[in-house]
Amino acid sequence: MRFELTDDQVDFRDAVRGLLADRCGPEAVRAAWDGDGRVRPAWDALAEMGVLGALVPEAAGGLGRDDEDVIPLLVECGRVALPDPVGPSAYAAATALGSLLEVPGAAEVAAAWSERVAAGDVVLPVVDPSAPVAGAGTAAAILWCVPSAAGPQVLLADADAVELESLDSVDGARRPARVSVLGGEVVAEGDAAAGIAAATADRLALGAAAELVGLSERMLELTVGYVGERKQFGVPVGSFQAVKHQLADAALAVAFAGPLVSMAAHSLATGDADASRHVSMAKLRASTAARHAAGAALQCHGAIGYTVEYDLHLFMKRAWALSYEHGDPDAHRSRLRASLGLTGSSTN
Amino acid sequence: MDLTWSDKESAFRDECRTWLEANVPDPALPSGDTREGFAAHLEWEHRLHEARWAVVSWPEAYGGRDASLWEWLIFEEEYYRAGAPQRVTQNGIFLLAPSIFEFGTPAQQDHYLPRMSAAEDLWCQGWSEPNAGSDLAAVSSRAVRDDDAGGWRLTGQKTWTTRGAFCTHVFGLFRTDGEAERHRGLTYFLVPLDADGVTVRGFGRLDGDEGFAEVFCDDVFVPDNPADSLDPAEAAATMHRGGILGEVHQGWGVAMATTTSERGLTLRSPGRFQATASRLLDLARSCDESGRLGEALADRVVDAWVDAEAYALYTLGDVTGIVEGRSPGAKSSFNKIFWSELDVRLHEAALDLLGPDAELDGPWMKGYEFALSGPIYAGTN
Repeated sequence: MRFELTDDQVDFRDAVRGLLADRCGPEAVRAAWDGDGRVRPAWDALAEMGVLGALVPEAAGGLGRDDEDVIPLLVECGRVALPDPVGPSAYAAATALGSLLEVPGAAEVAAAWSERVAAGDVVLPVVDPSAPVAGAGTAAAILWCVPSAAGPQVLLADADAVELESLDSVDGARRPARVSVLGGEVVAEGDAAAGIAAATADRLALGAAAELVGLSERMLELTVGYVGERKQFGVPVGSFQAVKHQLADAALAVAFAGPLVSMAAHSLATGDADASRHVSMAKLRASTAARHAAGAALQCHGAIGYTVEYDLHLFMKRAWALSYEHGDPDAHRSRLRASLGLTGSSTN
Repeated sequence: MDLTWSDKESAFRDECRTWLEANVPDPALPSGDTREGFAAHLEWEHRLHEARWAVVSWPEAYGGRDASLWEWLIFEEEYYRAGAPQRVTQNGIFLLAPSIFEFGTPAQQDHYLPRMSAAEDLWCQGWSEPNAGSDLAAVSSRAVRDDDAGGWRLTGQKTWTTRGAFCTHVFGLFRTDGEAERHRGLTYFLVPLDADGVTVRGFGRLDGDEGFAEVFCDDVFVPDNPADSLDPAEAAATMHRGGILGEVHQGWGVAMATTTSERGLTLRSPGRFQATASRLLDLARSCDESGRLGEALADRVVDAWVDAEAYALYTLGDVTGIVEGRSPGAKSSFNKIFWSELDVRLHEAALDLLGPDAELDGPWMKGYEFALSGPIYAGTN
């Protein structure tokens, strides 16, 4: 029994933390608002370090790692509010492509796309066609995990076979679009497709949960730093119990969300039968904790937090968006109700 | 991450489960916080001790099994899963014993620990006073040196002493240096409640049980710890009249070792909340089957159940850290706030499921009243 990262996982995470600290400071996120929603120096460095191919099998040019190795890296991406789609492309899509390597007839195209993902091309999964997809404008391909009238299917559609309806997000770095596919290659059908779609939905949700944990920690660090310096009535505002208690409660919520995220990663990596339940627990608590942290951070900052000149909003808006993406708290509670055998159907 | 148990740990779990299934009283015992219930619980403690389940993590010489921290966690999980009785000896075992292991002399360890695990000596905690609660360093009960008699004379009042009316001994802080500031000048005393000058008055808690007591000390004599050269029988007789844990004036450090364990892991193993969450889920399912569970309440059940799981996982991380030599530090306060508020939420959800029946005497209302003490004791949240 050991509920902790291995030394190797810690080293990998620390290397990524260092890389992102250098290449994805708040000014880089601001530049992504003004540009195409990407921080290329960070993205390219992640490709070079092997992070974007971490889940790609070694035979296809990747590192052959698993969920447990990569989830801590996504926490780091959240910590710096990296807008680039590490979770959707290098985690969820890369794992799905890895599964497709085993599907008869799909192996060749899956191997080719796996290599491209590892090299830095973006493949974005779509499991819910009604939901906006962040960063869709820079995707090289869409992995369309949406059933057709004939049943479950997975399509791989090049960017030129995709139609995008661009939208504006509260988070200017996300650049979402509603996506539809005009063609593409069917790479899986039937049970194989249904399995890949479900696993991909879980990994999209867990990736967002991991980023939310990092965002939450960052918002609290920023706030603790600020209330330690900001003086009113002749003392730091952080010396007031009203401020301390808000931040302690938020820190508590975040601290107890982290282990659920780690557990879900372990369950997905080991193929645990309860993995989807664990993912919902993780996404539910990561979302509620992030909203809690964002609220406390804004309130404890006071007016300076309510500006776009100060950095807090970069993290807060990302947290809002991710808390709705891939299942908001109500959606995951609903999944958990079903998983625990509760209908909650009484209207009395 | 490795979430598998070793063969040895699995065998330990099987042994616990088998014994508990065969021995846990059914129907459940009356509350151990009443005089009648306490006696029944004491019998249970003796059975636990005979089968060596009273203090699994202690050395065998003191009645334990030398169990690892992981095995202790397994035992606790099985204990609560089986619905076994509350531990009326817990304040000695979980709060005093860690300090005896850390600060006690070998003679004190040999004397007090076996008697504690056998439930011969029953310990209650004498921290709080009428004017020293969360601010423990404000204690004003004092101990005055009596050189002629070779010991100390204790005077003062302790309160909120859980099960004080049924216990045999109290451990607590007394001021030995009246000149020193606050947490300096305090000494950790061990005092038999049948000593001359001790008066114990039990009083009702919120749930009506006589679970609290005030302990009054009026010139109570406590001897110095026996010299190493003293004949063992005489030494035992001396220690039976009380003693000092750690050095004179150094009681704060000794007490802090205890309060860290009180806030943290040792007193509130995750098995307790997972067992409550599991009963809550059963209750919710039965309400659901009879068409009495709406979505909002179902969601609260889900939330509370998720938090019980989160607490269990957080604890696995804590134990991993402790086993690998990392100090929990401020995490023990995180832990305490979380479990105590979780316990209240679990019971509130259950009472809401019961609706108009919630007010009736029953395990959930009783449990709710008890849960409400969690955010207050061991330092208010």
